[in-house]
Amino acid sequence: MENEIKLVGGAVLTLALATAAMIVVPFMQLKDVPPPAGLAPYTEQELRGRQVYIANGCIACHTQQPSTIGAGRADAVRGWGRPSVAADYFHDRPTLLGTMRTGPDLFNVGDRIPSEDWHHVHLYQPRAYVPDSTMPAYPFLYETMVAVEVPPGQYTVPIPDAHAPRGRKVVPTRDAEDLVAYLKAMTRQYDVAEPLDAAAAKALASELRGRTRQED
Amino acid sequence: MNPTALLLATFVLSIVGLFAFIWSLRSGLFDRESSGAGVIFAPEEIGRYDDPAEGVTRLVPDDARQQAELRDRAAADRATAVPVFVLFTFAVVWLLVGSAAGLLSSLKLHLPDLLVEQAWLTFGRMRTIHLNAVAYGWAPLGLLGLVVWLLPRLLRTPLRYPRLIIAGAFIWNAGLVAGLVGLANGLNTGMEWLEIPWYIGTLFAVGGMMIGLPMAFMLRRRTVHHLYVSVWYIGAALFWFPILYIVANIPGLHFGVEQATMNWWYGHNVLGLFYTPISIACVYYFLPKVIGRPVQSYNLSLLGFWTLAFFYGQVGAHHLIGGPIPEWLVTLSIVQSMMMLIPVLAFSVNQHLTLKGHFALLKRSHTLRFIVFGAMMYTVASVQGSAHALRSLNALTHFTHFTVAHAHIGMYGFVSMVLFGGMYFAVPRVLDVTWPKPALISLHFWLVVAGFAAYIVLLSTGGVLQGLALLDGATPFIESVRVTKPWLLGRSIGGGLMTLGHIVFAVHFYLALKAAERQRQADVAATSHVQPDPAPLSAAN
Repeated sequence: MENEIKLVGGAVLTLALATAAMIVVPFMQLKDVPPPAGLAPYTEQELRGRQVYIANGCIACHTQQPSTIGAGRADAVRGWGRPSVAADYFHDRPTLLGTMRTGPDLFNVGDRIPSEDWHHVHLYQPRAYVPDSTMPAYPFLYETMVAVEVPPGQYTVPIPDAHAPRGRKVVPTRDAEDLVAYLKAMTRQYDVAEPLDAAAAKALASELRGRTRQED
Repeated sequence: MNPTALLLATFVLSIVGLFAFIWSLRSGLFDRESSGAGVIFAPEEIGRYDDPAEGVTRLVPDDARQQAELRDRAAADRATAVPVFVLFTFAVVWLLVGSAAGLLSSLKLHLPDLLVEQAWLTFGRMRTIHLNAVAYGWAPLGLLGLVVWLLPRLLRTPLRYPRLIIAGAFIWNAGLVAGLVGLANGLNTGMEWLEIPWYIGTLFAVGGMMIGLPMAFMLRRRTVHHLYVSVWYIGAALFWFPILYIVANIPGLHFGVEQATMNWWYGHNVLGLFYTPISIACVYYFLPKVIGRPVQSYNLSLLGFWTLAFFYGQVGAHHLIGGPIPEWLVTLSIVQSMMMLIPVLAFSVNQHLTLKGHFALLKRSHTLRFIVFGAMMYTVASVQGSAHALRSLNALTHFTHFTVAHAHIGMYGFVSMVLFGGMYFAVPRVLDVTWPKPALISLHFWLVVAGFAAYIVLLSTGGVLQGLALLDGATPFIESVRVTKPWLLGRSIGGGLMTLGHIVFAVHFYLALKAAERQRQADVAATSHVQPDPAPLSAAN
């Protein structure tokens, strides 16, 4: 090869093809997908919690994509919900699909575990509830104080004695409260139609309509 | 129209186009044509073993033409000294940072209550710091250092604007420091491989261009007629990376699941269209160079290059098999992943045939040992990658530690080992020193090979067991965690050995710099001693 123009031109062309296939076409195909009727937008607190999730790299161990093959199917058997579709992520910027299931998929964790207490205890010390867990403890999301310091009406985390700090109460920081709000919001129990199914249904409908006209 | 038929037609058409294009570039497709392959040698260098890492000195040929060629090459090497030194030094520092962060992350996976009081030390942040320190520090800076040194040799034109490259390296590193400090403090975009936000990433774009542009200009100023195979890979990669990085970071453009496909377009292409081609370029240079024998089949490398360029760009969606993205995209990526076997086999067969009959040199040459190990791991990583893009295998291995092991075969076994080998060859030529303690090179090699072998074997096994537990809906999830624990401990031991090897390497690199500095001072002293008599000095110049 003697021609650098051919080299660079060919290189840019091959990348352009890949970009078309993996960005441009999905962009056009997905840009008008509407959100499912049952999907509520995140509240401000849940969005803040989502940022805590991102900041602490939860994606390193947790997916948010019950897939249609492999582990996703097993999860469906475990009762963790249907496979996700593009529309489910309408409000997600960015999506947190993830690539590791070192921990369980969290797409429907709010449905599985609706208890605020459970989430706080588990974040403070995962091994309080799941002895074999390898999830890191997140004590930096909590403050500890002696009982007299706790303001009246303040929620304290009901940590089992074996894991509680000696003589101290555990109080969530705002980050912990936001994160738990986000985790509880992760429930996708509504029904969705696959976009492709929707297209097929539309095609069938117009075909039927055409046939009715001919018969008229 | 039926989308499957459309996709199939597009695929067939583009394959035909690709092969027609390769045909247009061939010269004597089935000849053993080595005039192009010989371009990196002066005639007398063919058949001569060369490894500066072992202290082999430069050849002094008989005839004037070759002497001039080698003198130019030595001058070109020296002209790259400062930018290469800067890039290598940064790379080695990031290697140490990345190793420390990686080792700590690994330990935390089986010691989950280790160092949990500080937010920045938590597993999720440490792992991200590890990834970014090696993906934006060690690998690109080291590879760019090798490229800065290689291109003047390959194009026979002196490096221009070295100061621009140095300034670019500093800007890049400022961006990386800002990015990693940001990650430690929770500033993260939430996209894998793109965790550093675009407003810091701009520094990578600007710094990278300042490093890349002088090299792109060198293409036009070359004095060789033929572009050697390494130049194809380097030239293309220098254009691919900025496009990838800039498109991925356009603020406000990407949304929802499209962002996920973009994420894996980027995540897989930064491997396939940046680290991989530059590392392949290095193998194509160093392997023939050390053994003194031109690449066996030049046309095979042409096929390998263009099929890699074509197929690799579209494989990324195999990370989203079964995910919420359009099914046709997944199928496309699986098909292209399988097609990647063509460039991989073209490369592997070619290197094997070139090396054939010279395997004994592996005992002798430090550089060759690292390079050949790296080339073999490229084959392993790629064949493995193609295989577990298949739905049936993907269902088992994806989402498990197996994928992490696979990533390390590619980024460590292949890219990093080639980089080590290249640095062991280049540093003596650039700094005009010999490695002070060659025994340390062997120690480095065996430490990282032992650590790497333990890492890969144990983690892959753990990953498969984890995958089997995950696949069985009747098994409680926690079983998939429990089963990995001993294997994760083993991985930490492997990672510890690798880190130890890196410390050996860094110390040796530092010793070489000290030796070069002593040498330089001795030269200065000698020159000032001669100064009273300027006439012979100017004659020598």
